[in-house]
Amino acid sequence: MLRLENIHKIFHPGGINEKVALKGINLFVRAGDVVTIIGSNGAGKSTLLNVIAGVYRVDGGKVILDGEDITHWPEHIRAARIGRVFQDPLQGTAASMTIEENLALALRRGRSRRLRPGITQAERQLFKERLALLGLGLENRLSTRVGLLSGGQRQALAVLMATIATPKILLLDEHTAALDPRTAATVMELTERIIARHRLTTLMVTHNLAQALHTGNRTIMMHEGRIILDLCGPERERTTVADLLRMFEQASGDAFTYDRALLSGS
Amino acid sequence: MSLSIWLGSLEQGLLWGAMVLGVYITFRVLDYPDLTVDGTFTLGAAITAHCILLGYSPWVALLVAVLCGGLAGMVTAFLHTGLRVAPLLSGILTMIALYSINLRIMGQANLSLLREQTIFTRVGEIALLEPWGPLLLALTVVVLVVGLLYLFLQTELGMSVRATGDNEQMIRSLGVNTGTMKLVGLAIGNALVALSGSLVAQYQGFADVGMGIGMIIAGLAAVIIGEALVGNQTLFRSLLAAIAGSIVYRAVIGLVLQLGMPATDLKLFTSLIVVIALAFPLVRQRLGFRSLRLRGEGVAETGKYTQDLPSRRD
Repeated sequence: MLRLENIHKIFHPGGINEKVALKGINLFVRAGDVVTIIGSNGAGKSTLLNVIAGVYRVDGGKVILDGEDITHWPEHIRAARIGRVFQDPLQGTAASMTIEENLALALRRGRSRRLRPGITQAERQLFKERLALLGLGLENRLSTRVGLLSGGQRQALAVLMATIATPKILLLDEHTAALDPRTAATVMELTERIIARHRLTTLMVTHNLAQALHTGNRTIMMHEGRIILDLCGPERERTTVADLLRMFEQASGDAFTYDRALLSGS
Repeated sequence: MSLSIWLGSLEQGLLWGAMVLGVYITFRVLDYPDLTVDGTFTLGAAITAHCILLGYSPWVALLVAVLCGGLAGMVTAFLHTGLRVAPLLSGILTMIALYSINLRIMGQANLSLLREQTIFTRVGEIALLEPWGPLLLALTVVVLVVGLLYLFLQTELGMSVRATGDNEQMIRSLGVNTGTMKLVGLAIGNALVALSGSLVAQYQGFADVGMGIGMIIAGLAAVIIGEALVGNQTLFRSLLAAIAGSIVYRAVIGLVLQLGMPATDLKLFTSLIVVIALAFPLVRQRLGFRSLRLRGEGVAETGKYTQDLPSRRD
């Protein structure tokens, strides 16, 4: 489904702030795979997702999605095939617009925007059905402005928006990290339900090691722009959070006490 | 104040209302501080005067003005999205360029439309409507514009323009080319401003190269006044607010002129209105009282949110 070939990405090349973010990433993700991505801050996790989404152009390598070489496609063209949820609940929704308007915009992901009505009655019905599945009572608040919703509600809506026009691949960038633990659990649970329902190929960045092992069928660990661990199948099932921490320390040295605290926190 | 003065500010409020709608589209909907407006307003007036003096129908002149205004907006949008010039600067560049262009179009600093046929002389000739003719015409035009704009902003395209102003990253992730949306938004905004310039030139009976100076601030003042009086809870209300703000602004201007303020001080006065309006939320916050009406919206404005999402498991 998704193939990354020798991806390189350098920020501010030649300058004093030069930062090599990705150093030759090779990754093949099969259709239906749900891959969790872990690693310390600055490991390149978010950069990887942004390279796939087309936010950043690569400095070397190829991005191939479902047989098409999308390496040089601009972000808004790739968006037709890619669903994304950001870390910040404010980033994934338009606050001044209503719930139904946000969903209508999302339903037309990848289609050209013409002078047709922005929302049809049939679509309102669809939105109500889908919102009811979230179990948050949003189905009765179609014309409420999104800015009036809580962070958790907005993030739940963002997940629905990313998937309402079924994407070829779903990219989740720590999308529950900004929520309180209970809300995060709720949003994670409905994310998993939506992924299962549509059998979505998914890449999910997370800081939560337990979640990384529990969610999906494959886990990769990144460190300093490289993939240093790729777990799946029985090997992954045997792995514990403690194992992951140990592997991480082996790869990075013991200097990352801050990361250790961050990674072990559930 | 006499009836004629009130009637005058009502007429002017409606005619300048189209400009305020344009400012609303760029500043509020698209969240783009577009300073092209000063140039586009004069452009609309200049083209109209020129076309009418060439003998074209005033309606044709109006149409040409609107199209050219849209084109000016596109130039600004291109400077920003195509050449990556900062938003403020691209507007200023187009505005300054338009100053020369406007002079070229007019050939002199001032063109009089005295004894020429304008859309207002025509309704003025209908005795039955006296003295309401110009008001009715202005009202018809504004109702038409507000109606069309209201419908447009709810189309797929219009909603994408709104989303671009609200959250650029989100709408790009939903497959929309935000550069194109800015082009559309700026074209429509400036087309409205040029429409207003055309209407005002025909109403006043002249076009002047300096008539657009400070237009952006007048437009902002009207938008802010309108939002304070009418609110912006819904799309329709926001559009209505722009027109209402425009009328109130013109009435206030009419009033202070009546009270003896020299016309040359008007721009200072307008600037002060805007400064006070912009500083008002801060002052209110410092003084520690907030109106009840705004409390609900405060959440949306400050971006603060509480996480009161009920867990599905309990």
